[in-house]
Amino acid sequence: MKIMRCKHWGWHNMKNEMHLQFSALSQNESFARVTVASFIAQLDPTLDELTEIKTVVSEAVTNAIIHGYDNDPDGVVYISCTLEDDNVVSLTIKDEGIGIIDIDEARQPLFTTKPELERSGMGFTIMENFMDEVEIFTSETKGTIIRLKKHLSKSKALCN
Amino acid sequence: MSLAIELEVKHNVLCIRLAGELDHHTAEELRHKVTVMLEENPINHIVLNLGKLSFMDSSGLGVILGRYKQIKNGGGEMVVCSISPAVERLFEMSGLFKIIRQENDEDYALQTLGVA
Repeated sequence: MKIMRCKHWGWHNMKNEMHLQFSALSQNESFARVTVASFIAQLDPTLDELTEIKTVVSEAVTNAIIHGYDNDPDGVVYISCTLEDDNVVSLTIKDEGIGIIDIDEARQPLFTTKPELERSGMGFTIMENFMDEVEIFTSETKGTIIRLKKHLSKSKALCN
Repeated sequence: MSLAIELEVKHNVLCIRLAGELDHHTAEELRHKVTVMLEENPINHIVLNLGKLSFMDSSGLGVILGRYKQIKNGGGEMVVCSISPAVERLFEMSGLFKIIRQENDEDYALQTLGVA
């Protein structure tokens, strides 16, 4: 991480976090992506970057609801978002569901375990296309954590 | 914001006009409404107008692919029009343009299907 010299604060490593948790209900997919987009807006992203982040949040949250919790509304989806001072957005989307049996298979474009639900199998492909880093941690007993990172194009002056 | 679905039958073509956000939550209503229309009307083709669609994710790709399969089974064609650059990227990424034809606007899409 870059450390910036600021006039009033001295050597300061700025970090701004947001945490969100909500029921695994499909109507919260929109809430999740809009909330994350609002939080990120302070970094002044381009419209394309904002759309990309909204899309990947939608993908990860939908996966948690449909696959992680198998549509059980008692499940809880957790999102953490960190804005780092070098214009990097870090996102964590977590569920405590059933986990992914085969990660390599899940990442294949058009692969889905639920074709009967008309799933396109494009979720991870979209995440990998729209973000700079995608990490998947999964376990049958603990659920799934998706860690995503994106460097925004514009660099914003922090000290003036 | 949710999804507004406008359906209109023009001869043997079903025009589907979407406004708002197409995700997993709103996809189910679209699937249901279009399936009912296809069952109740003599429809051969679908024109999908996405001009007012502000957001779509992979669940949207899934529901569109599902309707494509329905119309393809009857020997028909699906044409998509007025697509935004963001939605176009998802179509390209998933290869949907290999099976679904794209035209600039709805009038022209209808013309190509023989509806003046």
